Amino acid sequence: MAVLTRVSTAHPATQSRRSPATWLRSGGLSSILFALPLVLTFLYFSWGPIVRGLVLSFQKTNLVTPAEWVGMSNFSYVLTDPQLPQATINTLYFALLALIFGFPVPLFLAVFISELRKTGWLYNVISYLPAVVPPVVAILLWKYFYDPGSGVFNAILDWFGLGPYAWLNSPNLAMPAIVLEATWAGAGATSIIYLAALTGVRNELYEAAELDGAGIWRRVWHVTIPQIRGIILIMMLLQLIGTFQVFTEPFLFTGGGPDNATTTILLLIYRYAFINGDFGAATALSVLLALVLCVLSVVYHFLTRRWSTT
Amino acid sequence: MTAEAPERGIISTMDRRRPLVRYGLPIIQVLLFIGVVIAGVGPLLWLLKSGLSTSQDILKGPLSLWPSGIQWHNVPDAWNQVQIGSYLGNTAIIAIGSLLSTLFVCTTGAFVLSVLRPKWGPVITGLVLATLFLPGVISLVPLYLTILKMPVFGWNLQNTFWAVWLPQAAGAFNILVMKRYFDAIPRELIEAARIDGASNLRLFTALILPMSKPIIGVVALLTVIGSWKDYLWPLLVLPDPRLQPISVALPRVQKTTDLSLQMSALFLAVLIPVVLFLIFQKQFLRGVGMSGGIKE
Repeated sequence: MAVLTRVSTAHPATQSRRSPATWLRSGGLSSILFALPLVLTFLYFSWGPIVRGLVLSFQKTNLVTPAEWVGMSNFSYVLTDPQLPQATINTLYFALLALIFGFPVPLFLAVFISELRKTGWLYNVISYLPAVVPPVVAILLWKYFYDPGSGVFNAILDWFGLGPYAWLNSPNLAMPAIVLEATWAGAGATSIIYLAALTGVRNELYEAAELDGAGIWRRVWHVTIPQIRGIILIMMLLQLIGTFQVFTEPFLFTGGGPDNATTTILLLIYRYAFINGDFGAATALSVLLALVLCVLSVVYHFLTRRWSTT
Repeated sequence: MTAEAPERGIISTMDRRRPLVRYGLPIIQVLLFIGVVIAGVGPLLWLLKSGLSTSQDILKGPLSLWPSGIQWHNVPDAWNQVQIGSYLGNTAIIAIGSLLSTLFVCTTGAFVLSVLRPKWGPVITGLVLATLFLPGVISLVPLYLTILKMPVFGWNLQNTFWAVWLPQAAGAFNILVMKRYFDAIPRELIEAARIDGASNLRLFTALILPMSKPIIGVVALLTVIGSWKDYLWPLLVLPDPRLQPISVALPRVQKTTDLSLQMSALFLAVLIPVVLFLIFQKQFLRGVGMSGGIKE
């Protein structure tokens, strides 16, 4: 295609032996000028930091004295940190709960909304509203909903003679409470993506299934779900990758407490870097987490590819 | 029946005549609607209610409506005492700057990759795509260090808005969405403009940009709302309270503010993104749906 452009802009005869002058005249320079903002921003704020992160994880630095190479010591330090097992378990627990709470709701919502001919958009707009609320506002608001003394949830449960529960102050309830808020905030966006995928399901498939005697539920199970299986699997993976990097919710809800019950890996990274000033340990743990996530993606990709072929 | 055939979804016209579906469906519909309204609008209405109550009322009866009357003065009080106005101003500056930098980088970048198509274009596309697959956590700390001291230049961007504006522009998603849109512009139009003697710059400003208004609008909306929602990054690079956006300021001022004013402040913080969303909901929801397509 690049050849085509050049033929139409410059002199076809000179194409075989391009001198810098003809290259300049044919707009080669302007391509570079146009690419400059993209290349510079990615170099500085995307690729550069990724490479720098890999390098930093093998270094000891305090930003004052020159960085020194310390080999694997950052890695062995973070791997033997007694806080790591707890943080790993918490992060896995968060991901698992988010999958259990958060996975069926948007899917159900999307399948149902796609059946509404006239009012579907209204359901859409309302169910997406929580996703436009800034997370900090949502968290501060929900923190008050969870208030053990005069919160909304305990007031509602009181009607049914239940509670009061300590919610965020209880080591057992804190994590589920955080996940509940995160699910509320995220369900709308996921459901919109499913809806977009559902518009691609061909109606003839439903017709054929109906002629074969499949009821409504069997049509959902045997036609709708398999048809959007690709996007479901991808959304699951993206959700996993996202929940492994959760920060704002535990940071603002509980700060990792009570009793470290909500300390996640990203909270540990934050503490290493911005409280202890140990950037080497922070990047080492980041690299480890990123590595785990990459391996997870690859394994997941091969596993699910196997499923979809059978 | 034949006229309805292309309109059918999972439930057919035949199904709709069966009594169970005929009466069951509206019931589920109403129940689901109530559920969606409680989850979507309920918290916002409660926030509005509490923002206009006294602190005692909120504490005594979180679900009762204004036992001591509506406190309209809470809103101007929050505006003046909590300085919500200046934090909202910072948020707007951050959002508009991020918007401009994002649009500048993603339109020019997509123009090169999709329209000019130089030999080295596919390499750049690959490198942009690759960043989509790398977890963001890996660059958090080194990006922060980059802001403290930019390589080569040696600038310290901490406590300047550039620290938020510039990294925002390195978003692979925006570039790929934009490139995909440019790819769909008919090649004949571009060739015709070239035959008419249009330079690359003119091609970009007079043909591609005007034709891409819808996608530019979508990227603009997603960027503005996204930067309105951001927390961790501005918290790290804007430690100066006078520069902080509202989401960073709220948890900090919360400790020293009266409960009722906190609620008013939260309400003011949520108002603009919600209004923006309600006005542009169609474009917005389409943009979010598209992000699923890109991830596929």
